[in-house]
Order: sequence, then structure tokens, then C-alpha cells
Amino acid sequence: MPKISLIELCRVIRSKNAGPFELTLDLIFKNTEDYEKVKEIQGINPGLISRLYRVPEKDVLSLVYFDPARAIKATIKRPYGAGSLGETDVYGAQQHAPLLGVELDLPADFDKQ
Amino acid sequence: MGKEIKILSPTAILGYGFPRSSWEKGLQAKPDLIAVDGGSVDPGPFYLGSGKSFTDRSGVKRDLRYMLNGAVELDIPLLIGTAGGAGADSHLEWCREIIAEIAREDGLKFDLAVIGAEISKKKVRDWYRQGKFQENGDLPINEEEIDKAERIVAQMGSEPFINALKEGAQVILAGRAYDPSVFAAYPIWKGYDPALALHLGKILECAAIASEPGSGRDAMLGILGEDYFQVEPLNSKRRCTPTSVAAHTLYEKKDPIHLPGPGGELNLEETTFKAIGERQVEVRGTRFVPTPSYFLKLEGAKKTGYRTISIAGVRDPIMIREMDNIIREVRAEVEDNFQGDIDPSRFHLLFRTYGKNGVMGDLEPAPFEGHELGLVIEAVAPTQAWADTLCSFARSTMLHYGYAGRISTAGNLAFPYSPSDFSGGAVYEFNIHHLVEIEDPAGQFPVKFSPGFEGRDPDA
Repeated sequence: MPKISLIELCRVIRSKNAGPFELTLDLIFKNTEDYEKVKEIQGINPGLISRLYRVPEKDVLSLVYFDPARAIKATIKRPYGAGSLGETDVYGAQQHAPLLGVELDLPADFDKQ
Repeated sequence: MGKEIKILSPTAILGYGFPRSSWEKGLQAKPDLIAVDGGSVDPGPFYLGSGKSFTDRSGVKRDLRYMLNGAVELDIPLLIGTAGGAGADSHLEWCREIIAEIAREDGLKFDLAVIGAEISKKKVRDWYRQGKFQENGDLPINEEEIDKAERIVAQMGSEPFINALKEGAQVILAGRAYDPSVFAAYPIWKGYDPALALHLGKILECAAIASEPGSGRDAMLGILGEDYFQVEPLNSKRRCTPTSVAAHTLYEKKDPIHLPGPGGELNLEETTFKAIGERQVEVRGTRFVPTPSYFLKLEGAKKTGYRTISIAGVRDPIMIREMDNIIREVRAEVEDNFQGDIDPSRFHLLFRTYGKNGVMGDLEPAPFEGHELGLVIEAVAPTQAWADTLCSFARSTMLHYGYAGRISTAGNLAFPYSPSDFSGGAVYEFNIHHLVEIEDPAGQFPVKFSPGFEGRDPDA
């Protein structure tokens, strides 16, 4: 199976606080075809986010495929309130990096789509 | 109705600025309303805790000068939400003084309303005792936490703004407000669909961020009709596309389809985004689903202590290899040295290792590799003096620490600065972030009118 990286598929990969107690991850795809394909195989799922960020799956609070923006959004619980003692990223804006290394197994006919 | 309402949003946060050319195009479009959001919780708990503004005074004054003059010239309302970044009373007073200054300097006169959003601890305690609080996972609420909060604000909805507009206010300055409220209040008052008004407000509160290329320092125009709204960036270098506008409801939100706010949630399940020409997008179909009772969001921050930091670099590969052990041993030496003077439970000593896991901490999945580390030693203690002492002692101990395998015996740390330590002042953390059920959406937010305001009032 060919592997394809999220960097190739997405125009935007970013992280940001969603309020002080949640961290949200956005993937906005370059085109609808790729987005639909990833959606079909649920290539981005709570299990993947849980492994990437090494948080229990129950702390992946939501994962939504949002068709109008051909985007996937996952939200995880922040380890502490934004700006609390031990904070490393007050805005949560540099927590997206693990997603950049993700490669997905897409069906063999993917390239022909 | 029948007519369209035009809303000018000059900038994403009051003080972030906007190009003069975009502003002039905005005024030429003859808007019915100018509105701006002044704040955010994103910069962290310091601003709410300390009562200081997160936006810079000169930047805020520059933006407000354009907006006040524009509103007076066109004889239209100007609504400002979440004054001073956090929207407590001290932020409101800070921003009101800037408005007064501009009114005096530019000879402006307008009917001003100032709406407070700070809630007294007594009232918050009463709500707590009456069981009005909704639980929030890992942030326990009790009377002790309420007492510890430096100040508590509530996010107001559109209702207090509508009341002030009804009373004839032209310029409305408000404390903490749900971001879309300043944009949605006027059209809701005029009988437009609250769902579309709020969804439009959600986009406009970030000004041109929902365009391509996005910018928080540029203006956006919103046009609201009976069953649609359109958005268009005022800078011709930018365009809105169905994707850029749809994607905006992702931004800083947990869920792009269900967007909760005061009184209910926006539902985007049936929303459509359609391109109109090259640079405009039309949106239809958003619904507002009221909650059975009305909830306000409360925000509070308490003081954690005082901070001192020291910054240094490490280049020695043996030191880098041993870093985890060194940190553990230095911490133990600090605790030992001040045994009997300060208990370790009363202070926090943190060692941040940039280059290793400084940005992601425990979430970091990548194994460490590299030839240098950036080190930040941080002490947070009950007084600034103790923070200074603990940071200083940890720094000097680490500088000369004889770790296992050491062959560089002159000093372990490369300091970029003399002095090496920086006193950072008070440190806060969010300790209230809860929904409370209330009866009267406007009743919690006192309105103070100053008719014919010219920037001079002795009681200000």
C-alpha cells in the first residue's frame, strides 16, 4: 500500500487552545478528493491522536470531519490550564508538530482517483 | 427589515491595528455599525489576574481614534467588547480613559455607555450556594477557590448591548463579552435572525483572518440580509473563499459544527458557503438552538506566587547527556540548603530544556538529539524575594555542579546576560472557568450612561 504524508495532503496543519483547558488540532486538506478518501477510511481517528500525543483516548474530547472546510478537527484535553505553572506553550500554537510526521495507508487505487 | 445591514470590523483585537486604506474603504461602504473585539483568554491568566491590559495603550489609542471619529462622522454606533484584553473593571476604566482622552483631543461628542462584566465574589458565592454552577471536569469549584480569585468576570451575550442601544447609546464600551456579541447585538435588536447575526459575528470578531491570505491586522466587511450574510475583506489583496470562511469556525473552537455561547448554540449542520464573485462569500442556513436555561461563562484567575527566571545555554555533550540527573540533584541541593527556612511544598522549581522537550513537555514524541540545550531555570515562590533566592541558588549550584563524568570544571552554563536572573513578578492561573445558570441575561452587567460625553466628567 502506498503511504502518503499529511504534509502532502494538507494545506493547513495547526494547533491552538480552544479555551484555556483544551488544545485543538486542525487539518485542512488541499482538495476535496483527498479529504473524502481520508474520511472514508477514517485515517485520522481518536486512536491515532491518542498515540501521537501519548494521552489516554478518553482525553481526545472530540474528532470531527467538517466537510464545508474539507477539514478534520481533533481536540484533546490540555494537561493543565493555559499559562499555569509548568506551561510550555501559552497559546498552544506549536503543538502540531507530531502531525507533520504522520503517513497514512491509503487504498492502492488512491493515485488514480 | 428588507434592507441589508453593513458591519465594519477593522481589526481582530483592538490595538492590533489595520491599514489606513482598508479603513477608508470600510467607511466608503457606509457601514451601519463599527464593532471590535478587545480581548481573548489566549494570552493566559496574567491579564485577568493582575488587572493589566494585554493590549498596548498606544496601539489601542491609535485604533480607537479612527473608530471614534468614523462613528461620529457617519453617526453610527461603535461597539467595543472585552476592554483591555480581559474585560474586568480595571480594564474597562483603562479603556474608558483612552476614549475620554481622544474625545477631548479631537473635540468629539457622543452618548457613551459603559457596561461592566466583573462579578462580585459575593454574587458568585451565592450562585455556588444555590447550585447554579455546572461542573467543569478537572477544575473543582468551591468557596475557597472563589475567594482566592483576584477578580471574576462573566462573558456577556448580546442582551446588555441591546439594552444600551435602546437607551440611545452611540458608543458602547463593555467588559468581558462573548466575542460575537458586539457584532450581533445591533442586527438582533433590528429584528434580524440571531443565528446569522451571531455566525457573522464569529467571523467578524477576527476581522480578516477568515480571508486568504488571512490577517488579524486588516478589515472585513459583513453584510447581513434577511436569510443570508456575506463577508468581504476590504483589502483587495485578500479574498474570502467558501473554504476560508467555512474553515474559520474551526479556529480556536473544539467543534466546528456546534458552537456554544450565552443562551444557546450555533448549529452549522445545514450551513452553506457560496462564492459571490472573486472575493465575497455568502452564508446561509445556520441555526441557533437555545438551551433550556441561560448559562453565562465565568472566568477567574488566582495568584500562584512570584516568578524569577535565569536563562543559560549548555554545549558540553557530557553535561547534556547527564542533564536529567543533574536537574534532579540540583533540585535536591536547593531543597536541602533552605531546609527549615522554606518547605519545598511552598515553592516550585522548574528546569526547562529547550532543544529537548521545551515546547511540548510530556507530549513530545520525538527522541532527543542535538548538540546544545537552552536552559530556563524558573522559581515560583510565595514572595518575589524567595523566588529570587531560589532561582539564584539553583543557578549558582548548577553552574558549578560536579556531575558524574564531568571534565569541564570551570563552569557548566553559558549565560547570555549579566545579570543572569530576571524577576518576573506575580504569576496567576485560571481557577474559574465555569458555566452558571442565571435568570436575567442582562441583569448581571451594570450599564453606566454618559450622554453627550466629551471626555470630561469629574466622577469618571
